[in-house]
Amino acid sequence: MAVCLGFLGVLLAERSLAGEVERLFAQHCLECHGPDKQKGDLRLDVENSVQRVAGDGTLLRRLTTDDPEERMPLERPGLPTEQIATIRSWIDAGAHLQGHWAYGPLREGPLPVVEGDDGWVRNGIDRFVLAGLKRRGVEPSPEADRYTLIKRLYYDLIGLPPAPEEVDAFVSDPSPTAYRDLVRRLLASKHFGERWGRHWLDKARYADSDGYEKDRPRPHAWHYRDWVIEAINADMPMGQFTMEQLAGDLLPEASESQRLATAFHRQTLTNTEGGTDQEQFRVEAVFDRTETTGAIWLGLTMNCARCHNHKYDALTQREYYQLFAFFNCGEESKLKLASDDLEGAAGNEEEGKKKASKDSVREVRVISHRPRDTRILRRGDFLSPEAEVSAAGLGILPPVRGRAGDGTPLDRLDLARWLMSEENPLTPRVLANHVWEKLFGHGLVRTMNDFGVRGEAPTHPGLLDWLGAEYRRGGWSRKRLIETIVLSATYRQQSAHREDLVETDPNNRWLARQNRFRVEGEIVRDVCLSVAGLLSREIGGPSVFPPMPPEVAALSYANSFKWENSVGEDRYRRGMYTFFKRTAPHPNLMAFDCPDSNTASLKRRTSNTPIQALTTLNNEIYLEAAQALAKKTLMELGDGTDAERVTAVLRRCLARWPEEREVESFLELLETSRAFYRDHGDEASKLVGAYQPETTDAAEAASWVTVCRIALNLDELITRE
Amino acid sequence: MMKHLLQHDIDYMKELTHTRRSFFNTAASGLGGVALAGMLQQDGLLRASPASMAINPLAPRGGHFPAKAKNCIFIFMAGAPSHIDLFDPKPKLNELHGQALPESMTENVRFAFIQKESAKLMGSKRRFEKHGKVGMDFSDLTPHLATCADEILMVRSMHTEQFNHHPGQLMMQCGRGTFGLPTMGSWITYGLGSESQNLPGYVVLTSGRGSSGGATLWQSGFLPSTYAGVLFREKGEPVLNLSNPDGLPPQLQRAGLDALRDVNQERYEIMRDPEIASRIANYELAYRMQMAAPELIDLSKESARTLEAYGVNRKDPPNGGRGKSGNTAESFSRNCLLARRLVERGVRFVNLIYASWDHHSNLDQELTYNATVVDQPIAALIKDLKDRGLLDETMVVWGTEFGRTPLGENRNGRPDVTGRDHHPFSFTMLMAGGGIQGGRVYGQTDEIGWGIEDKPVHINDLHATMLERFGIEHTDLTYRFQGRDFRLTDVGGRVVHDWLA
Repeated sequence: MAVCLGFLGVLLAERSLAGEVERLFAQHCLECHGPDKQKGDLRLDVENSVQRVAGDGTLLRRLTTDDPEERMPLERPGLPTEQIATIRSWIDAGAHLQGHWAYGPLREGPLPVVEGDDGWVRNGIDRFVLAGLKRRGVEPSPEADRYTLIKRLYYDLIGLPPAPEEVDAFVSDPSPTAYRDLVRRLLASKHFGERWGRHWLDKARYADSDGYEKDRPRPHAWHYRDWVIEAINADMPMGQFTMEQLAGDLLPEASESQRLATAFHRQTLTNTEGGTDQEQFRVEAVFDRTETTGAIWLGLTMNCARCHNHKYDALTQREYYQLFAFFNCGEESKLKLASDDLEGAAGNEEEGKKKASKDSVREVRVISHRPRDTRILRRGDFLSPEAEVSAAGLGILPPVRGRAGDGTPLDRLDLARWLMSEENPLTPRVLANHVWEKLFGHGLVRTMNDFGVRGEAPTHPGLLDWLGAEYRRGGWSRKRLIETIVLSATYRQQSAHREDLVETDPNNRWLARQNRFRVEGEIVRDVCLSVAGLLSREIGGPSVFPPMPPEVAALSYANSFKWENSVGEDRYRRGMYTFFKRTAPHPNLMAFDCPDSNTASLKRRTSNTPIQALTTLNNEIYLEAAQALAKKTLMELGDGTDAERVTAVLRRCLARWPEEREVESFLELLETSRAFYRDHGDEASKLVGAYQPETTDAAEAASWVTVCRIALNLDELITRE
Repeated sequence: MMKHLLQHDIDYMKELTHTRRSFFNTAASGLGGVALAGMLQQDGLLRASPASMAINPLAPRGGHFPAKAKNCIFIFMAGAPSHIDLFDPKPKLNELHGQALPESMTENVRFAFIQKESAKLMGSKRRFEKHGKVGMDFSDLTPHLATCADEILMVRSMHTEQFNHHPGQLMMQCGRGTFGLPTMGSWITYGLGSESQNLPGYVVLTSGRGSSGGATLWQSGFLPSTYAGVLFREKGEPVLNLSNPDGLPPQLQRAGLDALRDVNQERYEIMRDPEIASRIANYELAYRMQMAAPELIDLSKESARTLEAYGVNRKDPPNGGRGKSGNTAESFSRNCLLARRLVERGVRFVNLIYASWDHHSNLDQELTYNATVVDQPIAALIKDLKDRGLLDETMVVWGTEFGRTPLGENRNGRPDVTGRDHHPFSFTMLMAGGGIQGGRVYGQTDEIGWGIEDKPVHINDLHATMLERFGIEHTDLTYRFQGRDFRLTDVGGRVVHDWLA
């Protein structure tokens, strides 16, 4: 802290002091002296009230007195000395609140100027990051080598590993624009929409079934999934993307595709359990729409305000129901799709026709407009309506204005326009943070859906505001923002942990390196199948049923449909096309922290468990990948030495040349395997399965399967580095 | 109360620290494990080295204060068995059989299926007898459980807020009837880790038909999936993907994992990322599980007497069992025995799920069927734990999502009333062992088993009390998610001190 203050101007120091104190208040005091309760008539998030107790000495006295009846916080441990000291300095400086950082206007000063950047800086991002590092006397990490860079870009932008030939081409590309060219090529890839579409589908809590006990299939839900992929491939501006999904039906002369987009808020669960009160679950779905919208576009967790005023954030129960009112007029309906739209969605005309003929009725659950009265519900109970409210925005942000300007009641389209309007400072911060998180493993604000007073402050506030402004200025182009980020020197750094920062910045908040993180469950599958040459590159279409033991589907109560394992190409589709049944999701996905899709998910967990190890070691589809990779290697390198073949396998898996010791470890495994299979031909045949190459015997093929199986389990393969 | 690292991890880390400079430092900077360790320390729960958490987030650790219970077997009777036909006799209800309830009682009440206008009270056909020192009532359907009366705390005053199955089941497992929350097994393993070095800390066994909640009943919610329940399977390999592929012998599995470890360690040398160390440790745990899980489910070393006591070779009762698949009696008996074997091996939490008790119609036959299936093995489990000296440290809980109505169910005005509807206002649960006082009846419903007259217990109270026995202050086991400190007991929960032994 002291180091930090030395470098900052006085104004900035005061601001951060105020910020510090506000965080302390949020942590210790606002529960009783905040928006919700004002014990002793004191509110510590309002300047007047704060000034009163800070000025007359009450605040310090009540924090430091020995009298247990008096000392705050009551019945809890007192604040540590250093925190008291912070509050004292803040009082001495005038006891001003800065207001919560997230709700103020985007600050767009000149970019920080950094002395002696030695040419490290590539764009605006780097200036902010480097300024922070220099202040702390830390150097950024060197740029990663090209092998790492191409793998990183492939994983981040399309979720697939680069083939060795692609790696070679990039590594030896003499063009000064080689990196940028690669970035642009990947942004133009059709697989980009899959990769980033899946990120959005996490937020949209997309699934292929109703949820709850009956959990009936939604056989046409995939049309919405394909809408997302296409919109992202077309780089639909985030403003349009927002409007179509929240209010596509209200756009003038709404197209079928725009109405289909409103399926976003029909991903909510449906409870058809016998004896349910349908009104209860309709209201539940509207709660979900309200809270999901708040989490995605405003970075606010609004759920608390369903029942009472928010304890920490300036968010009242009334405001909650004002937002609720926008979605309370959305009525459930179904959209019948014309057959030619289906063809478009399937991406391939012939495929489309084939599928279209299979199921003649294509109804997608969408939203349509039928206004209803909205009342505040006491403690969120649909049977306890209280005062009537009408649709409106939140007090912390500029008001929502009707587009007609004639006092017509506000609707979802007004809400969508408000979210994306020039005056709203919160949404650009939140949306830029989403993109950053996917490329660094953490957001600049690490609490992805808590930009409120209890959330973490941004590690780089100036950078966050700059990115938000760039995003909006760039016409809300997702691809452009991603390009800006991945072109930065900050993004291109090595991800190795640094000895010199172990104590001072163990979690890499300063961005003195890139991060390593495990890829998502779908991508674990995709990279393994891709390396093995099994992956289907088909985009979109009905969800598929990769092999799953029958009793997993039977775990859910209703057993509402049979899981019939897909055959042919559909067995090898990307993980994101796996049919997602909410009460019995595919174990291969869930083992790797796939979200349950019951509520919006803004950040995936990346746990590390023995079940994951068992999955990639032993599961049928992963074994098949090992068998296929072995066969491919033996066929392609018929005359190769063992070392050459091992090298080829590892190059495919790691997108780099292996070290000698790595090759040796695998050669040793190969010899041990050969020694066993030489005398166990039957076992060898079993392990090779359907992938026996004609060029060799089962014992040799099986020995290579054991090698490939272990190669496919390397940490590095499923890690973005 | 001092934490002991798993011996394996100590060895493993010693090896690493000897050969790899500053591993401890780097490990202590890890993201996943160490972030968790930090949070646990804030809650006063982790006094072990954060480095051990980075490698093994299930490293055993103590709670806030000394624990009475070490393990929990939660027997979840999904679908809601009728309390008034099993544990809570109501002679008055039998007297009033066929009569309507006064309107004042049903005025603001919602039912799943009952038509209020024509609903009539339905007496119980069960015969009740008093058992044990205090004269605890058990119906004729649970003769075996009745013999455990002196071990059992019977709580007749449970109530809940949910009256549909899935939300109700979530309420019982997660403390609140909404999605995305950790189940109690996740909370307990998050707080305390697990003693088992070779098996998951939280194991799930299911029998009967699927439950309404499906896999959401053992989810870890916003906690890392390290703390999700691991489902053991009835047939084939005990854990999904446990067995090596056909044709791959154990020695090649070992050789393969050795190569994998070597190459992953090469990478660790360069990247210094503790997640790599964690990955290596998890492959080793997976390997140990491959040995331990088949041994666990192999009942050949259990005596004939034990197998018989649990009823492992029983046939299903002749009538009833709607929606079942396979032999439920055999499966549930086996699962009860496996539950004992699991806690013997240090597994922290066993969730034993049996469905379904949702008897809207044909109550007599279906209740008889289900009670017959579960009665003997649960009693055998309690006795077996006691005989082995495990009951003191193992908390056995018999629970469900809600009770059933004293009114007969007349769905769509149907005249043939043979079942009972959902009833959130009162139901019965049983507990034994793990520092819970047995041989007691707690709480009281009114004379027809509708509302609670004495000592109501909310599900949050039940969870608070369970956590207390595990040495955890329920208000202090929290996890910050979406700006809020979540806990198993939501915003409620008070420890029922009367239950504590």
